[in-house]
Amino acid sequence: MEHTTDTLERVIIKFAGDSGDGMQLTGTQFTNTAALFGNDISTFPDFPAEIRAPQGTLAGVSGYQLHFGSTNIYSPGDKCDVLVVMNAAALKANLRQLKPGGTIIANTEGFDSKNLRLANIAETDHPLENGSLDKFRVIKIDVTKMTRAALTDSGLGVKEIDRSKNMFVLGFLYWMYNRSLDNSIRFLEEKFSKKPDILNANIKILKAGFSYGDTTETIMTRYVVNPAKMIPGVYRNMMGNQATALGLIAAAKKSGLQLFFGTYPITPASDILHELAKYKNFGVRTFQAEDEIAAIASVIGASFGGALGVTASSGPGIALKGEAMGLAVMLELPVVIINVQRGGPSTGLPTKTEQSDLMQALYGRNGEAPMPVIAASSPADCFETVFEATRLAIEFMTPVLFLSDGYIANGAEPWRFPQSADLKEINVKFATEKNGEKYLPYKRDEKLSRPWAIPGTKGLEHRIGGIEKQHETGNISYDSENHEFMVHMRENKVEGIANHIPLQTIDTGTEKGKLLILGWGSTYGAIKTAVLEARAKGYDVSHAHVRYLKPFPKNLGEVLYNFEHVLIPEMNNGQLVKVIRDKFMIPAIAYNKIQGLPFNAGEIREKIESILGK
Amino acid sequence: MSEVTTTPAQPSFTAKDLVTDQDVRWCPGCGDYSILKQAQTVIPELGIPRENIVFISGIGCSSRFPYYMETYGMHSIHGRAAAFASGLKATRPELSVWMVSGDGDSLSIGGNHFIHLLRRNFNVNLLLFNNEIYGLTKGQYSPTSEAGKVTKSTPFGSIDHPFNPAALALGADGTFIARSMDRDPVHLKDILRRAHAHQGTSFVEIYQNCNVFNDGAFEIFTDKETKKLETLFVENGKPLVFGANSDKGVKLDGFKPVIVNLAEGHSANDLWIHDETDRVKAGILSRFFDNPKKGGDHFPRPFGVFYTEQRACYEDGLNAQIAAALAQKGEGDLDKLLKGRDVWEIH
Repeated sequence: MEHTTDTLERVIIKFAGDSGDGMQLTGTQFTNTAALFGNDISTFPDFPAEIRAPQGTLAGVSGYQLHFGSTNIYSPGDKCDVLVVMNAAALKANLRQLKPGGTIIANTEGFDSKNLRLANIAETDHPLENGSLDKFRVIKIDVTKMTRAALTDSGLGVKEIDRSKNMFVLGFLYWMYNRSLDNSIRFLEEKFSKKPDILNANIKILKAGFSYGDTTETIMTRYVVNPAKMIPGVYRNMMGNQATALGLIAAAKKSGLQLFFGTYPITPASDILHELAKYKNFGVRTFQAEDEIAAIASVIGASFGGALGVTASSGPGIALKGEAMGLAVMLELPVVIINVQRGGPSTGLPTKTEQSDLMQALYGRNGEAPMPVIAASSPADCFETVFEATRLAIEFMTPVLFLSDGYIANGAEPWRFPQSADLKEINVKFATEKNGEKYLPYKRDEKLSRPWAIPGTKGLEHRIGGIEKQHETGNISYDSENHEFMVHMRENKVEGIANHIPLQTIDTGTEKGKLLILGWGSTYGAIKTAVLEARAKGYDVSHAHVRYLKPFPKNLGEVLYNFEHVLIPEMNNGQLVKVIRDKFMIPAIAYNKIQGLPFNAGEIREKIESILGK
Repeated sequence: MSEVTTTPAQPSFTAKDLVTDQDVRWCPGCGDYSILKQAQTVIPELGIPRENIVFISGIGCSSRFPYYMETYGMHSIHGRAAAFASGLKATRPELSVWMVSGDGDSLSIGGNHFIHLLRRNFNVNLLLFNNEIYGLTKGQYSPTSEAGKVTKSTPFGSIDHPFNPAALALGADGTFIARSMDRDPVHLKDILRRAHAHQGTSFVEIYQNCNVFNDGAFEIFTDKETKKLETLFVENGKPLVFGANSDKGVKLDGFKPVIVNLAEGHSANDLWIHDETDRVKAGILSRFFDNPKKGGDHFPRPFGVFYTEQRACYEDGLNAQIAAALAQKGEGDLDKLLKGRDVWEIH
C-alpha cells in the first residue's frame, strides 16, 4: 500500500483506556521510543487512585498524555492532536481535550452495549455512529477482535490474549509516526524473559498493529516528527521520582556519606523508595518503616550517627512528620524531607497533582521552626534540586524540605545528564576535636552551623534533644532570654543560606517590564510556553521561576520591583502569592487552578492577555 | 553479626566517668535514681568504649535519662525513641544502643514503634521504666495502670484494661523478655548485663516507684514482709520456688500452672523447671499477672529473664544484602547510573 508522508513540528497524543488496559505502559513505551529518536518530550500520566476501578466506567479511565516534537517542548500540551480510546468511557472522559479536527483512534469492541451502559451512554447515542464526532477524524479499529484472531493458536487464554491488545495500538501508532519497533521489542524481551508465551504474543501483536497500518487504507498519510534541536549533548529520558532517587545517590556519593532512606509507602512518593531499593551496591540503605513518624525518626537517628538521612512522603504523611521535623530543627542535624505533593486536604486526591503544601512546608510545625524549602520545576530538575537540598542540609546542619509534586514525579522529559565530576562537591566535616574546654555541640561556625560529632568519636560525647538548649553548650535551658536568642539564631542561620545560593534570574524575557510571571515548582513548563507565545505576539511579559522558597534569593525583591505587575499562577488557592505580598509588600496578582490538574499554557496566556489587554 | 564493639581488657572508664555535669532533676526519692546508678555501675564492666555507647529516649520522666549519662545521647520525641534507635542501628551496627522509655512512652503513644522494634529485632537494649502512671504530666493513669485506678484523669476509677508488657512483648515476637525492679539493685544489674549480652532487642521491664503520683504501686513486690510470697525470681534451669522459706513452688499440670506447698510432700523435682528458651512456658509465666492487692488465690509476680531466643537482627539482614550486592555487582559507578541504558546524542 502506498502512503504519503507529512512532516509535523509537534504532536500531542493522549492514550486513554480502562485502568487495566495498559495505557500507562503504552504511553511510556511511545515516550521512550520518541526520546531515543531525539524528539523533545513532555508527558503527563493521569490515572485514578483505585488500582482497578470498576471496569469500563468513567471512574476507571486512565490516561497518558505525550507531547513530542522537533522543537523545544516545555509542557505536555493543552489539547491533543490524537486521542486513543480503548472504550466508550475513555472517549467520554477525554473528548473535550481533543483539538477540533483531531484524530480519534477507537477500539470498537470497547463501544459495545455493555461498555456504553457502563459509560452511561444510551445505545441510541452511540458516539461512533450518531454523527457527533463528525468534526474529528475517527479511525475505528476492532483491536480486540484482531488481537484474538492473531493469537488463536498461541495457547494463551482469552484473558491473557486480551491483555496484549495495547501492543496493537502501540504498533499502529509506531507505524503512523514512522517509528522503529526495536526499542519496545527489547523492552518486552526483558520484561517477559521468563514467560516466552507472553513475550511472543506481545511481539506478534505489536507487529500486527504496525502491519495493519501498512496494509490497510485506514490512514493514507504517515507522519514524521524530526529530532529536536536541543542543546548538544547526550540525553536520556527521565521521570521526576527517578531523578529524585538518582540525585540522592549522587549526593551521597559526592559527600561520602552513607544514604539512609526511611519512608512509608504513599502515593505519589513511593516510586522513590522503589528506585532506591535497587541500588544496594551503592551502599543505599532503604527502610520501610511502620509509619510516617517512624520513617522520619529513623532518618534523624541515622543522621545523628553520621549518615545522610532522607525521608519522602506526600502531604498527609508530611503532616504526621511535623513534630519530628521540629525536633530536627532543634537538633540541627542534616535531614532531607521530600514532599511529592498531591491534592489535599486530608486524603484529598491521591493521584492528582497540586501545589497546596507550600504553607505547610514553610510554617507547618509548632513553634518558630524555620526550615529551608526548595522546589523542583520539572521531572529532570528533581535531580539537581534534591542534590542542592542535600548540600544545604549538610553544609548548614539543618533539615531541608524538598518539594516535588505528582505531575513532575510521574512526568518525563529528556535529560542531559551530568558527569559525576561536574557535580558540586559537598563538604562534610565530622568534628574530631574538642572546640572548648569541654565539647560544645552548639558552638557555631561563620555560617552559624554547628559541628557534627558522631557517636564513636572519643572525647566528644554529648547529648542533644528537643528541649530548648543553651547557646553553645547545648544544655537544657529554660532561660527566657536564651530562648529568644536561640529562636533568632536558628532563623538567622536559615536566612543566611541566602548568601550561599544563586541570585534569582529571569528565565524568559527582560529584567524590567510590564508584567512578570513568578512561578514555582511544576508550573514551569506551562508558564514558559505561555510567555514565549505571548512575547511572540508582542506582549511585554517575562518569567522568573523560584527554586529557593526559603530563604528567597537575596535579590528577589529587586527582580519583582522592576515590573509594573507580578502574576503568580499556582495550583492551589494562593500560597506563594501571600508570602510574596507579606515579604515584599507588592499587590501581586494570584491566579489559581485547583482541579488536580496542571495549568495549560493557553490558560496562562489568556490571563496574560487579560492583564495586559488584547 | 551486629556485634557491638567490645574490648575485653580492663574497663577504660568507671561509673564516675558516666556522670554528667547536669543536675539530676528527678523528684527526691524517685525510683529512677536507682536505675541510673545500676546502669552507671554495670556499663563500665561491659567492655564497650564509652564513645560507642548511645542512650536514646522518648518523652517522660524516664526519658531525661540520657542527660545524666556521659555517653552520646538523644532525648527525642514522645513515643518514638524506638524508631530513632532503629535508624541509628541500621547505619551504625557497631554502636551499643540503649533505649530508655516509660509505660506511657512505649506502650501508649509509642505502642506501634515498640512492637515493630521487637519484631525487627534490632540489637538494642530497651529499658522500660514502668511506674503505672504519667508522672511528668502530673498524675494521669497510664496504659499499665490497674483497672479502677483513681487518678486526676479518672476520678471515678479507670475503666481501661491494662497492658501486660511482658505478654505484649512476647506477642510481638520479642527475642529477650525480662522483668526487674528499681529496689533490687543486684537483680537489676544482673538483668542489665544479660540484656547487653543478648544479640537482638532486649526488652527489660523495670518496676519503678513514682513516689509522688503513684507511691507504693509495687510495694507488695519490694517490701520485705510481702516480697517473698508475692514475687517469683526465675532462673534458667532452676525450679520455680518462692515463699517465706522457699516453701512454695509452681508445678505444671499439663499447661495449667498450680501452686504447691513443698512442706506438704511435693519435691522440688516435681516443679516447673524454668527454661528461658521455651516460648510456651514463657507465655504462661507472663500471665502470672494477678493483681495481688485484690487478695485471694493468685500467682506471685515473676522477675528475671522470661524468654530468650537467637534470631537474626534486622541490621544484619540489611548489611548482608548490601554485601551480597557489592560482591555480585561491585561498587556502584555513579556515571554509569546517571547514564542509564538508553541514551541518544544531539550534535
